[in-house]
Amino acid sequence: MSMIAVNGLDVWYGDGRDLVHAVRNASFMVAPGESFGLVGESGSGKSTILRAITGLAQNWSGIIEIEGQPLSPRKRDREFYKRVQMVFQDPYASLHPRHTVDQVLSEALNLSGFKGIDRRVSQLLDDVGLGGKFRFRYPHQLSGGQRQRVAIARALAGEPDILLLDEPTSALDVSVQAEILNLLTDLREEHKLTYLMVSHDLPVISHMCDRLAVMKDGEIVETLTVTALRNMQAQHPYSRSLLEASVV
Amino acid sequence: MTLLDVSDLWVKFPTRQGLFEAVRGVSFSLGRERLGIVGESGSGKSMTGRAILRLIRPPGIVEADHITLEGRNLLDLTEKEMRDIRGEKISMVMQDPKFSLNPVMRIGDQIMEAYLVHNRVSRAEAWKKSVEMLTDVSIRDPERVMRAYPHEMSGGMGQRIMIAMMLIPNPQILIADEPTSALDVTVQRQVLDIMDKLVKDRGMGLIFISHDLNLVAEFCDRVLIMYAGRIVETCSANKLHEATHPYTRGLLNSLPRFDQPRKHLDVLKRDPSWADAPSEKGHA
Repeated sequence: MSMIAVNGLDVWYGDGRDLVHAVRNASFMVAPGESFGLVGESGSGKSTILRAITGLAQNWSGIIEIEGQPLSPRKRDREFYKRVQMVFQDPYASLHPRHTVDQVLSEALNLSGFKGIDRRVSQLLDDVGLGGKFRFRYPHQLSGGQRQRVAIARALAGEPDILLLDEPTSALDVSVQAEILNLLTDLREEHKLTYLMVSHDLPVISHMCDRLAVMKDGEIVETLTVTALRNMQAQHPYSRSLLEASVV
Repeated sequence: MTLLDVSDLWVKFPTRQGLFEAVRGVSFSLGRERLGIVGESGSGKSMTGRAILRLIRPPGIVEADHITLEGRNLLDLTEKEMRDIRGEKISMVMQDPKFSLNPVMRIGDQIMEAYLVHNRVSRAEAWKKSVEMLTDVSIRDPERVMRAYPHEMSGGMGQRIMIAMMLIPNPQILIADEPTSALDVTVQRQVLDIMDKLVKDRGMGLIFISHDLNLVAEFCDRVLIMYAGRIVETCSANKLHEATHPYTRGLLNSLPRFDQPRKHLDVLKRDPSWADAPSEKGHA
C-alpha cells in the first residue's frame, strides 16, 4: 500500500473571473519510506499540492489518500497531524518571534498529547543536533540554519510518518544547506520517515529523492526516477530544458 | 583599462557590543569586465557594493584610502555631486524587483523618470527611448508594459524592467546585487543573457554579487571570494573549480552534485584563521 496516493487532483483559488486553477489533474504515489520530489518553476503548483494535503488549501477535488484513507477537503483531525507534518521554506517566518524554542516545541508536544514533555523537548533538540543550550533562546537569537532545525524538530514532535518539505533549504547558504540536507537524510533513516519534498533546485531534489515529478503550469508533465534523470533519460522537453538549465 | 579602483575599504556599524566591521580592508579594481563577488550571507559582499555608491547611511561608517572613478575620489564628493554619479556613471540592480519598483507608479513613468533626471529631453522622446530599452531587455509588448503597474508583472519581467531602468542613463558600471536569486532557473538564464549582451555591446564594467558559485563561475570573467569582510581568494572564473583556499573548496564541496550521487554532503568546517588572514588584493 502506498503512503501517499494522489489521483486526479485539481486545486483552485478564487472564484468568478479571478478563478485560478493552480493544479490540474495531478496524480502520483509515494511508497512507505520513499522520498519523492516535486520540481518546477514558481507558480507551477508544486507547493499548492502540499497545501492541499495539509488542508491549508481547501478548494480541491480528486482523491488524496494517506495510508489508504481518503482525506476530505474539510478540516483535518488531530490524528492526521500526528501522521503528517510540514516544514516551511522560510525559517524566519515560520517561528513565533516571541516564543522560545522551548515554548514552540512544548506546544507541539502538548498538542500531540504527549506526557513527559520536559524530557521529550531535550530529546527533540538532540535529534536535530541543537543541544540543550538552545532551549531557551528566541528565534532572533538563532541563525537561519538553527531556526530551520527548530522547525524540523517541531515537525517531528508528534512522531509523524510523513514529512512534507516545502523548499526547506532555499533560504539558506550552501554550507548550511548541506548541514540541513544531511540532517534530513539521517532523520529519514532513523525515524523511518516518508518525504514529499518540493524544490525548484534540481540538484537538491536529485540528492534527496528516489523519484520525482516535474510540474509545469499546474500539471505534472513527467514522473521519473532520479537514476533515469541522472542518465539524462528525461522524455518531456520541459524536463530536459530544466535539466539543461541546472547542469553546469 | 581601469574604470573603478577601490583601496582599503572598511564598512563599520556601531552596535551595543562595540563596532561591527562588515567589510575589513578590501581592495580591488574593475575594468571593462564582469567581476564576480561571491560569499555567504554576512560576508560583506553586498556592503561592498553599497559602499561604492555611498548608499550606507549614518550611523554606518565607510572608510577607504580611495574609491576612484575617472580620477575622482567618490568619498570626497558632496551629496549633490554623488547624485550625478548614481545612475549616470554607476547603476545598481537589487535583488528583488518587488521591493525596488514603486508599487503605485506606472512602470513607464518610473523608467522615464530615470531617463529624464539625467537628460533634458521631451516626455515623448523619453517614452520612445524607454520603449526601446524595454525591447532591448526582451520584453514583448513594451507599450502595454509601460502602462502597467509593477504588481501586474512576474518576477522575471520585474527584474528585466529594473535592468532596463538602470541601463537607460547609459552608465559605465553596473553593480548587480543578487539580480537573479529571486528568479527561476530558466528565467535566470534569460536575464543573465540579457545582462551579458548589454555589458558586451556597451563595453560596461559589471560587478556581479552572488552567493551562487556555479552561476558566477559560468557568467563572470574574474571572481573575488569574500569571507568575514575580507577577500580570501581571487581567481579567474573559469578556474574557480580549481580554487585552493579551504573556504572556497568547502563551499564547492557542500553543493549537491548531479553527476556524483552520495549519501552525505560535505560540511564546511570553519577555521578561525581564515578571518584573521589579511585581505587579498583583487586587482586584475
